[in-house]
Amino acid sequence: MTVLERMQGPTRLNNTSLYDWDALVREDRVHRLIYTDPAVFDAEMNHIFGGTWVYLAHESQIPNPNDFVTGKLGLRPLIITRDSEGVIRALFNRCTHRGTTLCRWAKGNTRSFQCPYHGWNFLNTGKLRGVPWPEGYAENLVRDPKYNLAQLPRIESYRGFIFGTLNVSAAPIEKHLGPIKKPIDEWLDRNPGGKITVCEANRFKYKGNWKLAYDNSGDGYHVIYSHQSLLETENRFKDENAAKGMAYYKREPDEQPMYIQYMGNGHHFKDKRPNLEKRAGGLWAIESLHPGMEHVAEKLRSRLGERAESILDLAGSEPVNINVFPNLSLLGNHIQVFQPVSFEETDAIWYGTKIDDVDGTLGADVLKDINALRMRTQEGFPNFGEVDDITNFEQIQRGLRCTEDEWIYMNRGLGIPGRIRTLDDGTIKGPATDELFMREYIREWKRLMKAEPDIAIRREP
Amino acid sequence: MTIQTNHDPSRFSYYVTDDFYSELVNDFSDWETEERTISDPVERDRFRRLVEREARILDNLLFEDWLKLFAPECAYWVPSTPEAGDPRHEIAVMFDDRRRLEDRVFRLRTGYAWSQAPSSRTSRLVANVEVFESQTHEQRMVRSNFVISEFWDSEIRVLAGWTGHRFRRIEGTWKISAKQVNLLNCDQCIRNPSIIL
Repeated sequence: MTVLERMQGPTRLNNTSLYDWDALVREDRVHRLIYTDPAVFDAEMNHIFGGTWVYLAHESQIPNPNDFVTGKLGLRPLIITRDSEGVIRALFNRCTHRGTTLCRWAKGNTRSFQCPYHGWNFLNTGKLRGVPWPEGYAENLVRDPKYNLAQLPRIESYRGFIFGTLNVSAAPIEKHLGPIKKPIDEWLDRNPGGKITVCEANRFKYKGNWKLAYDNSGDGYHVIYSHQSLLETENRFKDENAAKGMAYYKREPDEQPMYIQYMGNGHHFKDKRPNLEKRAGGLWAIESLHPGMEHVAEKLRSRLGERAESILDLAGSEPVNINVFPNLSLLGNHIQVFQPVSFEETDAIWYGTKIDDVDGTLGADVLKDINALRMRTQEGFPNFGEVDDITNFEQIQRGLRCTEDEWIYMNRGLGIPGRIRTLDDGTIKGPATDELFMREYIREWKRLMKAEPDIAIRREP
Repeated sequence: MTIQTNHDPSRFSYYVTDDFYSELVNDFSDWETEERTISDPVERDRFRRLVEREARILDNLLFEDWLKLFAPECAYWVPSTPEAGDPRHEIAVMFDDRRRLEDRVFRLRTGYAWSQAPSSRTSRLVANVEVFESQTHEQRMVRSNFVISEFWDSEIRVLAGWTGHRFRRIEGTWKISAKQVNLLNCDQCIRNPSIIL
């Protein structure tokens, strides 16, 4: 049985009275304080990174019984474990005795964790197994659930993506994801077998608020300016058959078939796939140049003929940005995670993915080649694009120190008749450079900041 | 157009094959053994001067000169794990062939690389240079430690670690055929990793 605990006493924050959120978040703009005030950040760690579903890890990082990775829910250190029965949990990485960080490793495989401070020992279910010299305690500690590790009361996976929340009243993850599930499914199912495995990452840190990355995650307006160095580099050979990468942004991006779509609950979707030629190899044709690509393409074409084109597409950067509020972004073949550190510091981790090919559709040789190539295609944008993005995020954070200049605008597309459509399923669709997704997600942010989440922790009985 | 032109490694990437990766992984895992240490001071000094010269060229932002230190077919590899791993199976912080190295330099020269506008100023210390024989003829493996002090955006930060160079003698000249840069914090979040290491 589940043992739930709710916070009690004077430590409970009453964040709803911190600000009049309606004054800070307007229809067309937001106040700088939502990026610069440490108190707002502290409240977010409760209302957002506590009050709604947060992406924690991918199941492929803990494939075997007793595997674990360490992670975070907001600032709370976690150990995400798969116990010997296969059950996934997110334990607070905090010894119940004195609060010590229990596990100091990024990943591993173990049935139990022993605290390096006084030697308390916990199973990977969170249950206290034993303590040194128990006769020194008046009670039998292992029989009292309060000494078992705290853990998130809700953990649910969607197709390998592990989400967790402290909000015991949160809707089931599938309902919470809602319409964004469809692009997630398509993103997975384009790979034979519909499964991917995480394989290390490009890891970035920037001195800026986490929302600056989420604001940017669906931004089609910045591409040709922020990424001009990337676009010029990708297209430096004039004898290539096709304009590479995101060059389509150069030609009246709002007239292109690509679009931005708000999917509810803070999630949004930038779909650039309609810009591609609808044929096998259509994605590969615009893939920028990467190590080994001619070799693999030549090899697969000579071996597989026309079938090679659709396989090469698997190494191509899928032209979507699937943004799951507040901290997950699937783009290209990456799983990007936004990890807040402070009001002015954020980690952005671009996990690479490789194809599992569980059904053996590709065969071992082809799989090896296409995955090796997929590693190289995934290193392109982080190296030549993300570095410029995070530089701009830092420079926004600096600009926001101008306290008297209070507002940041997100009004592109607002008030233009016929530009934005609400569809039957409630999603909202607009042209590629529209800021509608910012306006909508920040409205959801405001709703969460006003609400009092039903937060609790759980312990093994 | 001749076949040779078609395979110009500055333009096309036909040589990054499974064998190329295997050799790379093998060379950078099997080289550092005591038996292969070269103690001849003249030869050691030759390679020490090469890595020092490379550091100076990079400190001076002479990227085009830096490219000339590399063999036509080459790799520049910054692993994302302390054990380096196999770049066929895991994402690297950076993994460039000749063309992408030239991309890297091209990008920095566009004037629109905001992460390097203005450019970082760097001061590189290279030390503990050791030279090793290789199983391959006309090839040397060189291991060195580095400390890069980088001034960027009003701060100085430090990048540290060790470098493995694979040198090959091509037409009488020792060229870098692979450079592996092992950052101490390669598996951690790094702020603006945009300089050439």
